[in-house]
Amino acid sequence: MGGKLWALFFMLTALAALAATFAGPLLGVGFPGDGRAYTTIGVKIDSLFMLILWIVVVVFIGTQLALGYVLWKGAEAATTGRPAQFSHGNPTLEVIWTIIPAAILLFLAIYQMDVWAEYRIKTMIPKANEVVAEVTARQFEWRIRYPQAGKPLGLRPQPDDVHTVNDLRVPVGRSVSINLRTEDVQHSFFVPHLRIKQDAVPGKVIPVWFHVTKAGEYDLVCAELCGWGHYKMKARVLAMPEDEFQAWKKQIAVEQFTDGVTAAAPDSNQTPNTAE
Amino acid sequence: MSTLNPSLDHASPHGHAGHGHHELGFVRTYLFSTDHKMIGIQFLMTTLLMMLVGGLFALGVRWQLAWPWERMPFYGDKLFPGEGGQISPEAYTMLFTMHASVMTFLVVIPILGGAFGNLLIPLQIGAPDMAFPKLNMLSYWFFLPAIVCFGMATVIDGGAAAGWTSYPLLSVLRDAAPGSRDAQTWWLFGVTFVGVSSMMGSINYITTIINMRAPGMTLFRMPLTIWAMLITAILQAFALPVLTSAGLMQLSDRLLGTCFFIPAGVIVNNAAPTVGGGQPLLWQHLFWFYSHPAVYIMLLPAMGMVSDMLACMCRKPIFGYKPMVFSMATIAGLGFIVWGHHMYASGMNPALGMTFMVATIMIALPSAIKTFNWIGTMWGGRLQFNAVLLNCVAFVSMFVIGGLSGIFMAAVPVDVYIHDTYFIVAHFHYILFGSTLFGVFAAIQFWFPKFFGRMMNDTVAKCHFVLTFIGFNLTFFPMHLLGIAGMPRRYADYLHLPYLEHLGPMNQFMTYAAMLMGSAQILLIGNFFLSMFFGPKAGRNPWHANSLEWFAPSPPPHGNFDVPPIVYHGPYEYSSPLSGDKDYLPQTEYVPLAQRRQVDAH
Ligand code: HEM
Ligand SMILES: [Cu+2]
Ligand SMILES: [Cu+2]
Repeated sequence: MGGKLWALFFMLTALAALAATFAGPLLGVGFPGDGRAYTTIGVKIDSLFMLILWIVVVVFIGTQLALGYVLWKGAEAATTGRPAQFSHGNPTLEVIWTIIPAAILLFLAIYQMDVWAEYRIKTMIPKANEVVAEVTARQFEWRIRYPQAGKPLGLRPQPDDVHTVNDLRVPVGRSVSINLRTEDVQHSFFVPHLRIKQDAVPGKVIPVWFHVTKAGEYDLVCAELCGWGHYKMKARVLAMPEDEFQAWKKQIAVEQFTDGVTAAAPDSNQTPNTAE
Repeated sequence: MSTLNPSLDHASPHGHAGHGHHELGFVRTYLFSTDHKMIGIQFLMTTLLMMLVGGLFALGVRWQLAWPWERMPFYGDKLFPGEGGQISPEAYTMLFTMHASVMTFLVVIPILGGAFGNLLIPLQIGAPDMAFPKLNMLSYWFFLPAIVCFGMATVIDGGAAAGWTSYPLLSVLRDAAPGSRDAQTWWLFGVTFVGVSSMMGSINYITTIINMRAPGMTLFRMPLTIWAMLITAILQAFALPVLTSAGLMQLSDRLLGTCFFIPAGVIVNNAAPTVGGGQPLLWQHLFWFYSHPAVYIMLLPAMGMVSDMLACMCRKPIFGYKPMVFSMATIAGLGFIVWGHHMYASGMNPALGMTFMVATIMIALPSAIKTFNWIGTMWGGRLQFNAVLLNCVAFVSMFVIGGLSGIFMAAVPVDVYIHDTYFIVAHFHYILFGSTLFGVFAAIQFWFPKFFGRMMNDTVAKCHFVLTFIGFNLTFFPMHLLGIAGMPRRYADYLHLPYLEHLGPMNQFMTYAAMLMGSAQILLIGNFFLSMFFGPKAGRNPWHANSLEWFAPSPPPHGNFDVPPIVYHGPYEYSSPLSGDKDYLPQTEYVPLAQRRQVDAH
């Protein structure tokens, strides 16, 4: 193969990479689900992603074109026998291609700070957000503990808490947070459709807040290697309208504290022991 | 012209270079050799063998991802008879853990430092050998037990199970996974041995480069390979002790009952609660404090070698020699303050994410500068399209992709989504395979004649290149898409998750591509061993290159140079007007100062 063919070969690879980047979403391999993020912060993350994508695509095209050009010219020189240029570089160019990328990179660094600040720093210790549940990861499932309707979540388990496994329910339309813990090794709380991820660390209780914008069922998976069953820590986040959520909490409390023989506790707000 | 340049015609191949060195027996020559070239070749052979092993692990991983739980052909029944030839989830965990561990610790780091560092450093600076030849030999002999330890970590208890990052508590509590019983201990011993081996290498390289340069070889006349090796060795010397101590702390948590990484009250698999007092995040900090610099340890030497090869194959001086040196130094310096970008989602103080993000984004700058300078080097050159050049161009082109995907991950909010997905896997394979390994393929082809005295076949090497390059891109580019689709890494089965079930066909496609890429390596192996015996004989300087190693005989005798070299200028004077009717100007060729000054204005 001649040199020019090789130049084409590299350009075709670059073109294919570019095509694959944009063909992905068309083939259904984009962001999960319908491609949209269903939390307020997720939307911001996605637009940041798109901004970076465009910058990166432009830089990619630029560098690959430059590469193609020098390969093509270099192949020409090899066939015509033109000697190579004797040059040790060009300080002006050097300064230009230091300053321009530096400016772009600095812009990117500063631009995204706000999103991160909103996501984790301003709200690291949530005050306004109601803590709806405690999520405890363990090999290989998610255990979830809710407070009795109308009560705040206690740091330690309370006798009237409600429990579910692999089924986290949250209200939509407002920010809520969960307390993330692990009982054994590290795990990571990952809800792809909501763009949320947080490792669960032994010995720590980590608050995670989000504001789900659409009711629906979202997959909750584990994103930190936690043993042989890591892949099967599958659960769901069920985002429900506020009233349904409250009703569900009442109902699940009744189900949990009724043994099916004695009559249901008259008031599920009361702790079952005293209702006896 | 060259009054000071001793003429080569009078130097017999075994001439006075042999003085002081008597003939050594087989054992001293091939096994316990203190000759840097032989040690380099030992490292090269061993790491290439390990690459084969690591590659087979990878194909096992790909098999499972394409066709989860299906009987593995050829070896399934032998390897996993209890499972009906299936890869069990435990075996899958072992496969990716050992694939990554072997590739990082037994292939990429030692092939760059151990093999090429050894082969090239003394020759390129004009020294007869390393500063500490015995230490050098020991560095290889500490590497072999590491292989044994990793072998044990593969077979005992079903294999180590905590990934190459070995995060506690999975890795420290014996009850956390079958592989966290004794396999993990072996794994830690293995890492300690490679660490000691690399450390011996580093000290040797730093001392050699600083003290043993030939007359006239000033720092800024050193080839970029040497700069890269020096910077890498310094990185290694500062970062490695941290990993080694962290590894010993983990060992002591496992064996001596300490609790550096173990908090209180953790119950794993119904075992007794831990006593505790430690912090699992401490390990992550210590590990990445080493392993982020380590990713540059796995790249910088390749960057240096590619720079040398590009200049030679383009017949042009390197574009911006000093900016190249400074950007490597900057990468190394910044490399020490970015480790937290692996921990954005780890539960460390989120405010730290901000500082690590800024540092990480800024490290892309020197990387960009280097890329532009490589393109600048090719610009206006007279390109020799042989396998060496092609692999070097692939290095640059793939480095662009890997570097650009790094920007997504450096951005904290975006990384929170793509962290621990296949996007990460795509990123580091573009850099470690796409860049480093293509650089290594080029380097093997380029320096082969120096060490074996014969040329490798260019046509076969081109076929190897094309197949590997296509296979590589088809295997790894789609991983970006998988990552964006939210596919977590280290999953034995993703098809049971509703939002991932449409990714099966794509994974199968990637596995076919990986098989193509894997089988293409037969060409490399064949070319390598056949050329060793049947390749056309190469003279001292088959590529018409400038640096000192080409001034020595091929292969160089014990002591390297038959005529001690004296250096008059930098290694990149290709197509210089001073070089007369040839288009290169060896570093040993004398040029009067006045003429040189004129040319320096360029
Ligand atoms: C342009 C410069 C680069 C940037 C901005 C960058 C950024 C990052 C970031 C932020 C991560 C962590 C992602 C995560 O786990 O969520 C990462 C992972 C990684 N990077 Fe880079 N990177 C760059 C260049 C490199 C180079 C040159 C290498 C290797 C020679 C490399 C090798 C790796 C590896 C091995 C990992 C993943 C380790 C693991 O989790 O197993 N990167 N990179
Ligand atoms: Cu997990
Ligand atoms: Cu890093």
